[in-house]
Amino acid sequence: MFNWKSWFRRFRPDARREERPSAPTVTAPPPAHRPSRQRIPVGWATDTGRQRNHNEDSVLVAEIWQEGYHRMPPLGLLILADGMGGHLAGEFASALAVRMVAGHILRTYWTTFSGWEHSADEPSVQELLTEAIQRAHQAVSERVPGGGTTLLCALLLGNQAYIANVGDSRAYLIAPDGWQQITRDHSVVDILVELGQMTPDEATHHPQRNVLYRAVGQKDPLEVDTFTCHIPEGGILLLCSDGLWEMVSEQEMREVITAADSLQAACDILVERANQAGGKDNISVILAAPPGP
Amino acid sequence: MDEQEKTPGPEESGASPKEGLSTRVIQGLAARAGSTRLTGVPPDVPPAQGDLGTRLTGAPSDVPPAQDDLGTRITDVDRAAAHPRPARTEGRLAEGTVLQGRYRILGILGAGGMSVVYKAQDLRFPKVMRLCAIKEMINNAPDPKVRAVMVQNFEREASILATLNHPAIPQVYDYFVEGDRAYLVTEFIPGKDLEALLNETEGFFPEVQVIQWAIQICDILTYLHTRRPQPVVFRDMKPSNIMLDEQGRVRLVDFGIAKVFQSGEKGTMIGTEGYSPPEQYRGIAEPRGDIYALGATLHHLLTKQDPRLETPFSFHQRPIHKYNPTVSVEFQEIIHRALEYDIQKRFGSAEELKRALLSLKSARGIPTTTYISVPEAVQPDAMKVIWQFACEDEVRSSPCIHGGVVYIGAYDHNLYALDAETGKFLWKYATEGGIASSPAVEEGRVFFGSTDGSLYALNADTGRLLWTYPTKGRIFSSPRVQFGHVFIGSDDHRLCAVNMVNGRVAWSTEAEGAIRSTPATGADAIYFGDEQGILYAVGVNGRLVWRFRARRAITSSPLVHKDLLYFGSHDWFVYALDLRSGWVVWRYRTDGPVVSSPAVGGNTLFIGSADGHLYALDATNGYLVWRYRTGGQVTSSPAFYQGAVYVGSVDGYVYALDAQTGQLRWRFQTNGPVVSSPRVANDIVYVGSLDHNVYALPT
Repeated sequence: MFNWKSWFRRFRPDARREERPSAPTVTAPPPAHRPSRQRIPVGWATDTGRQRNHNEDSVLVAEIWQEGYHRMPPLGLLILADGMGGHLAGEFASALAVRMVAGHILRTYWTTFSGWEHSADEPSVQELLTEAIQRAHQAVSERVPGGGTTLLCALLLGNQAYIANVGDSRAYLIAPDGWQQITRDHSVVDILVELGQMTPDEATHHPQRNVLYRAVGQKDPLEVDTFTCHIPEGGILLLCSDGLWEMVSEQEMREVITAADSLQAACDILVERANQAGGKDNISVILAAPPGP
Repeated sequence: MDEQEKTPGPEESGASPKEGLSTRVIQGLAARAGSTRLTGVPPDVPPAQGDLGTRLTGAPSDVPPAQDDLGTRITDVDRAAAHPRPARTEGRLAEGTVLQGRYRILGILGAGGMSVVYKAQDLRFPKVMRLCAIKEMINNAPDPKVRAVMVQNFEREASILATLNHPAIPQVYDYFVEGDRAYLVTEFIPGKDLEALLNETEGFFPEVQVIQWAIQICDILTYLHTRRPQPVVFRDMKPSNIMLDEQGRVRLVDFGIAKVFQSGEKGTMIGTEGYSPPEQYRGIAEPRGDIYALGATLHHLLTKQDPRLETPFSFHQRPIHKYNPTVSVEFQEIIHRALEYDIQKRFGSAEELKRALLSLKSARGIPTTTYISVPEAVQPDAMKVIWQFACEDEVRSSPCIHGGVVYIGAYDHNLYALDAETGKFLWKYATEGGIASSPAVEEGRVFFGSTDGSLYALNADTGRLLWTYPTKGRIFSSPRVQFGHVFIGSDDHRLCAVNMVNGRVAWSTEAEGAIRSTPATGADAIYFGDEQGILYAVGVNGRLVWRFRARRAITSSPLVHKDLLYFGSHDWFVYALDLRSGWVVWRYRTDGPVVSSPAVGGNTLFIGSADGHLYALDATNGYLVWRYRTGGQVTSSPAFYQGAVYVGSVDGYVYALDAQTGQLRWRFQTNGPVVSSPRVANDIVYVGSLDHNVYALPT
């Protein structure tokens, strides 16, 4: 039987074993010291694919960790956008959107969240992510006429992932005991499948499968989906554009990630597989394995 | 590559079709793009944008390009502001131009992507001002195949219209081609379309008005659907295609995508997203699709919620009464049936729909009296009590069930131990003050606080005192036992960690206000709120990790679930905080102070509010799943047990609700407010009431 635990541990060079909290006593409170240098292992890749001559996808990965008297859980910011629209509008839209989202989140992080004292006057993480995407939406609408983009953003805080999504880029949770799609596509066929008006197979081949009813830089008002996802020990978060999930089956994605030596290697192989399958679209993928509590 | 992958974005209409190929299109653009897509169109064909979004008659001409899709239009307007581009007017006919020596152009009525509708005068009748509408198709598609398809479509529209003869459908006068442009001359219908009227009207249309329009539209649909040899499917029913003429009669315009229906034939997916039935995505266009679109149109007219701006096929999640409570239930039910996703469940014909509409009382202007009401108790008050036990004063404390024994405190100063099955009195222990604290049992000891200021530890079997720990304030907080210690707050502002064996304090930490909430414990920290509105996270060593300031007191006891911390505050909000950092992940505003403590079942969070509701919120994002209104404040904390949620209310009832839907399963009336929180064990619900009783009820 395959040992998931030992396999996933490979992605966690700094994984530490937490000692069970002991009973506090008057004379000897447990030491405040905790191991430092927790990192979030991350891999990412983006590729033009085989059939296009430019890459309209954008990815951004940021990691912050802070050690000191008030230790913050490590923060990871993963953003993936898949642009659309001709005349470079697609790449402009996705790049601008990614920058706007990262800018807003990181600015707020420094000014508001990085301390240890919080208040009800602060925006919630959900509001922060939604606001960031709304700003990106406004910027793309104003500055990239004709452009639009999907936008998928994951804020990792310890082993909690806070995810906001517009469009049909996807976030998956790969846990030792299963595989789960966290986001839902904002495509018309996705709704029809949900309503039982179309089979998943019909949807895969439907000529209008790429028709989105929501995208950044398009219709107002823009509604943003938010999710909270607890990543269990050994779990991996996968973000990808449709250039990957349309080309490579979930089963194959999972096998590649399982077999790869590192998250980065897994990303590179996934891109390769999508290209081998035809590479019809730009391919982007981000993998992250939060270090746990 | 599939043809659809080449659907261009909005800018491409005037550009080279090879540019800007995109795998993805936004819905509104697809509507235009799809409008002329026919089966068999070669892959590289750019979508023609001719026949949607133009109307043959009477369109207000203030917004060129007045496309169908609002989203597209907004984008277009934004774009025009940001990047003024030359209006596509160069190809348009100037005022005064005469076509065929017969039609003098008077102005533009409306314009779409590839066609323009002009208002014109027929010069054959020089003595009178005979007006007509002329739809011009500008066919400048570079690809000859596309041009052919466009001409074909245009001719189809002309020939469909030419065979129809109904007062509510514009008559066709003429059809001709000049150069690379084709023209369709029809009756000019002065008036206003329903979309324009909807935008101008403040408030809602009267129900009777909408029903009258609906009945007229049914008549037109019946006419179209009963054409022989094949029915005609309109395929683009929406407010902007419904005109009101000067007599206020309904006229249907724009037959650009109408289709002669052949049974079993798969057509192309066209129509306007938001109004189109789901089966159109499978290429099915049949008469009952028009019934769905009419239902969508009526929904829009009544709610003023534009379906093109909403998630597709979400009408059932947006019930009409939510936006417009004046609409009768009966009319809503009719619209609901027209909007069924399953074709078979809709009205079988427009005639059947019309009969249903005519049967409405409100159709005759008679106000109906039925309004949406919450279904009432399934078995109201028909509850059999398993047992009840009378204390000598109010029971505010919540029971603790352990080893077949119910432990509960009362304001008569006693802690009672009762047999869980029979309610038989086992023992009681008297303190010096009323007991509001709910007991906790661990390793044969029962712990609880008293308003006399002390924390008590008793032998759980005998009720014999093991130790007490005095604080300097009254204790309303309940003990939490973890890490071998009892954590409890007091009105003296301190949270204490007391060794559960010997009653010695390991540490205590000072808060800014009295601590009445019960501490929660995580993997390595303790969480509690105070009456100053601060929630504290302290390590197992008592050192502060982070704190969070709400706007009012936090009496609600926090709950740890999947690395989030949930609690309510007197500031009316329910909060979810990130356990490690103290960031607010989401918050939900109720309409009153939240004193109740949350419970979780599956992915749903249950919590009461002084606004009288029990709320069910999605634990991951705080979205409302349902809420249930009781007759009084809900300060009791809910308990989740096997698909049901149990809660007390100040109205004196204990409620059992279906956890998924919020539907009432039963309710049980006590003779006093229920602020105690129910606990469930072995299919028995235990709860106290201010009527001095402890009740055991069947789940």
